[in-house]
Amino acid sequence: MKEKYWKKNIMYLRILLSVWFISSFGFGILFAESLNNFYLGGFPLGFWFAQQGSIYIFVILIFIYVYLMNKLDKKHNLEE
Amino acid sequence: MDAQFWTYFLVGITFTLYIGIAIWSRAKSTKEFYVAGGGIHPVLNGMATAADWMSAASFISMAGIISFLGYGGSQYLMGWTGGYVLLALCLAPYLRKFGKFTVPDFIGERYYSQNARTIALICAIFVSFTYVVGQMKGVGVAFSRFLEIPYDSGVIIGIAIVFFYAVLGGMKGITYTQVAQYCVLIFAFTVPAIYLSLQATGNPIPQIGFGSKTMDGVYLLEKLNLLSVDLGFNRYTDINRTTLINVFFITGALMFGTAGLPHVIVRFFTVPKVRDARISAGWALLFISILYTTAPAVAAFAKVNLINTVSNAKYADMPTWFTNWENTGLLEFDDKNGDGVIQYVADTQVNELTIDNDIMVLANPEIANLPPWVIGLIVAGGLAAALSTAAGLLLVISTSISHDLLKKNINPNISEKGELWAARISIAVAVVAAGLAGLNPPGFVAEVVALAFGLAASSFFPAIILGIFDKKMNKEGAIAGMLTGIIFTALYILYFKPQLGGIGLPEDYLFGISPEGIGTIGMIINFIVSLIVSRLTKPTPEKIKALVESIRYPK
Repeated sequence: MKEKYWKKNIMYLRILLSVWFISSFGFGILFAESLNNFYLGGFPLGFWFAQQGSIYIFVILIFIYVYLMNKLDKKHNLEE
Repeated sequence: MDAQFWTYFLVGITFTLYIGIAIWSRAKSTKEFYVAGGGIHPVLNGMATAADWMSAASFISMAGIISFLGYGGSQYLMGWTGGYVLLALCLAPYLRKFGKFTVPDFIGERYYSQNARTIALICAIFVSFTYVVGQMKGVGVAFSRFLEIPYDSGVIIGIAIVFFYAVLGGMKGITYTQVAQYCVLIFAFTVPAIYLSLQATGNPIPQIGFGSKTMDGVYLLEKLNLLSVDLGFNRYTDINRTTLINVFFITGALMFGTAGLPHVIVRFFTVPKVRDARISAGWALLFISILYTTAPAVAAFAKVNLINTVSNAKYADMPTWFTNWENTGLLEFDDKNGDGVIQYVADTQVNELTIDNDIMVLANPEIANLPPWVIGLIVAGGLAAALSTAAGLLLVISTSISHDLLKKNINPNISEKGELWAARISIAVAVVAAGLAGLNPPGFVAEVVALAFGLAASSFFPAIILGIFDKKMNKEGAIAGMLTGIIFTALYILYFKPQLGGIGLPEDYLFGISPEGIGTIGMIINFIVSLIVSRLTKPTPEKIKALVESIRYPK
């Protein structure tokens, strides 16, 4: 039972950290130049990811993680 | 009522508030002194963490740096926020479950070794001390520029305030003071930003305003791009391909360094439960992101205002703020061609105006003609940012000495009362030492801070991550990894930083990575060495495997 909890936790981490990496190192840095050909209002898109978007995504990722883990704790009766 | 009055008034009020909070929240036990009794509400802990994290550099210097670097400044924005995702997902909940007081505590117990604890202890003190000297310098500068108090007296006033509430209240006093300081600094940062955004685009939200159109129907960023090109600079939003690899590695070093900084990690020991540790990292980043998403907007508005005011304007027509800032040396005009007109251009042969980064935030209210109380607010905010960070760092130094060194290494039988006194005395000594260093700051403070991030990334981060996620990681692996990581990173920085006596040239950078970004490579080396050595040496004792198992589950 406990093993399942840990495996699920690791799976969440893999997915959320991939999004973390892609939104910052990917969209904000490595692909930023190509993304700059697209616009979000007055923002070139790559520039927006580097100075705004990635930060919003970071915040959202943590809150999603908290939600998922609280649910997982409950399911496995591991709430304090 | 002029700016001077408002500055004294607002600084006076906020300082009285901090002292009041300190008296109200005195620490009575070591648990209160080290981790505020472990009973801080997650939202308050989030605010305290945010204030702890955002230093004088975030408040005063960052927007200015972005202003001059354009896209290149993004490395600081992503680097100093992205680490919180790692903290929330990979460190905070497990360290909370572990439930001790300090980072060396975790390293020492997890790797069943006093040597590992001692290495961690030395790193923690070194990282925190270099950082705190920079804060003291910030306090001195803020006082001397705005209150016309000599720099030295400014530092001494700063020491006296921190001394009072840190020695008295420990982590408990510091936490509640930091909550107040967060409110002061975020208000002080966003109010001028809203003014600027309204002036430039009519939109009150700076994050949206700097992607909007200005009054003449052109997008603000496009206007900034055109102005920059006219003056011979790169387009503001363009990406410089040759430095992109460096942006990548610096962002990484700052992120992993953030997640390895002891004064940030220790904040997650102050909340009651594992689930509180997770959510409080979320609150911390939310509160931090308010400043970090506003800063690039301020950078863009300030740059446009500055260019419009000074470029090709007659020196004789400059407003009073221009001469005021010239007197501080942050702004220098050298009329090279003697025509009495300011040429502000990229070509250094022709350029006549030298602008310090800090001016973009400090002089903003004057450049944009904001009311005088906003100037006072900026000073109070800058001081709040510097003092809150200094206090958090000093606490790490003092707990490292009284708890990790004295109690765990030298005299395990010390009484609770004795340890509390030792903690108070060591924080007092640390405050005074940091103050003295702040009075005679080495010229290379900024460079040493870069070293602090690199060392945190290449030492603590892998040791803690492996300690949680790899049961097979043993003492030999962790120690070998930490030592190779730190030594590699420190040598690289010392070799390539001319300010630290380095003789290396930028052409010889490894893969083109500058010293600020080398922590990322140091971290990778640490991981590889740890994994290899641990698989070749004695397995981890069963008792430690059980400990790792226990920190993985909240109950």
